[in-house]
Amino acid sequence: MLSWMAWTWPTALIFICIFSAMGVLTVLEIRHPGGDERKGVLGLVTTRGDRLFISLLGSVYIHLAWLGIMGAPLWIPLGISILWGAFAFWKV
Amino acid sequence: MKPSYQKAWFFVLPVLVLVAFNALIPMMTVVNYSVQETFGNNLFFWQGVDWFEKLLNSDRFHAALGRQFLFTGIILAIEIPLGVAIALAMPRKGVWVSVCLVLMALPMLIPWNVVGAMWNIFTLPDIGLLGYFLNHVLGVDYNMTQSPLAAWMTIVAMDVWHWTSLVVLLSYAGLVSIPDAYYQAAKIDGASNWAVFRYIQLPKMKRVLTIAILLRFMDSFNIYTEIFVLTGGGPGNSTTLLSIDLVKIALGQFDLGPAAAMSLIYFAITLLVSWLFYTLMMRNET
Repeated sequence: MLSWMAWTWPTALIFICIFSAMGVLTVLEIRHPGGDERKGVLGLVTTRGDRLFISLLGSVYIHLAWLGIMGAPLWIPLGISILWGAFAFWKV
Repeated sequence: MKPSYQKAWFFVLPVLVLVAFNALIPMMTVVNYSVQETFGNNLFFWQGVDWFEKLLNSDRFHAALGRQFLFTGIILAIEIPLGVAIALAMPRKGVWVSVCLVLMALPMLIPWNVVGAMWNIFTLPDIGLLGYFLNHVLGVDYNMTQSPLAAWMTIVAMDVWHWTSLVVLLSYAGLVSIPDAYYQAAKIDGASNWAVFRYIQLPKMKRVLTIAILLRFMDSFNIYTEIFVLTGGGPGNSTTLLSIDLVKIALGQFDLGPAAAMSLIYFAITLLVSWLFYTLMMRNET
């Protein structure tokens, strides 16, 4: 039924990660409503959802930049992205 | 804080289903395509990040991206000030208000492919009204099928004609919502026209202008139909913007993998610029 979507394991894994992160945020939001709003180091007022968005968008650009300048493989940008995500949730 | 109105989430479900089918599932399919090669027949071969790597280092992609940013930059630089100026000049009371509003709304009612066809005929050098006038009355050598400059001027003029109205209507809505008390206070203080614009009208229009710039950015960055009908990306590749190049790769060459990779990069750029712009504009609002 889903053959037209041409699923592969790596892409499925990416979506599973994103949707799980959104699921975790939903549970957190139900337990602690208000989105943990704060003003971060970039001077932006962000909620948990904003911080996830910033992490993901940043990761996309980290990977694209690495791919454009250095080329595959992408383990190092993956590491940088994880650090960026941690930074985004911690400080931004 | 006590959780409240959690049941409201159920009312969002229909929208979620709609978005899933018209955006999320196609988007996920594009992601899947972008790491594979296909020759049709629903057969796919793993390709990894090859398409992305090739695309990021391809001169053709860089050129199309450059043209896209140039086009969007030019039309924003023209449409936003022009739209605000027209909105300021429009009457605020009386019968002429509806006349102006209807006149302004007219270009936006015309389907995109019709706009392309109209401007195509309008600018034909021998029979088009504008083309004939420029070539045979003013004696300017104007032919958008031969000269890249003429083609660019035509697509910019067409977009300005088609979409400045949107900026006008949004700015006008912002303008009429300013209470008279502000103008009276400015009059008492003896403020000049420029001061009224700078310190009353512009700040009050900030929100609608943000929306106007965002809409115009996204629409012009994703423009396809009008330019496809008007120039088809030519002469040569001179008006081949990102979307036109994308369709050439996807449908002309049937390279679905590279086209999917290109769509994702395209999407990432639109998303980043829109987010940055919105965040910076709304930064002091909260």
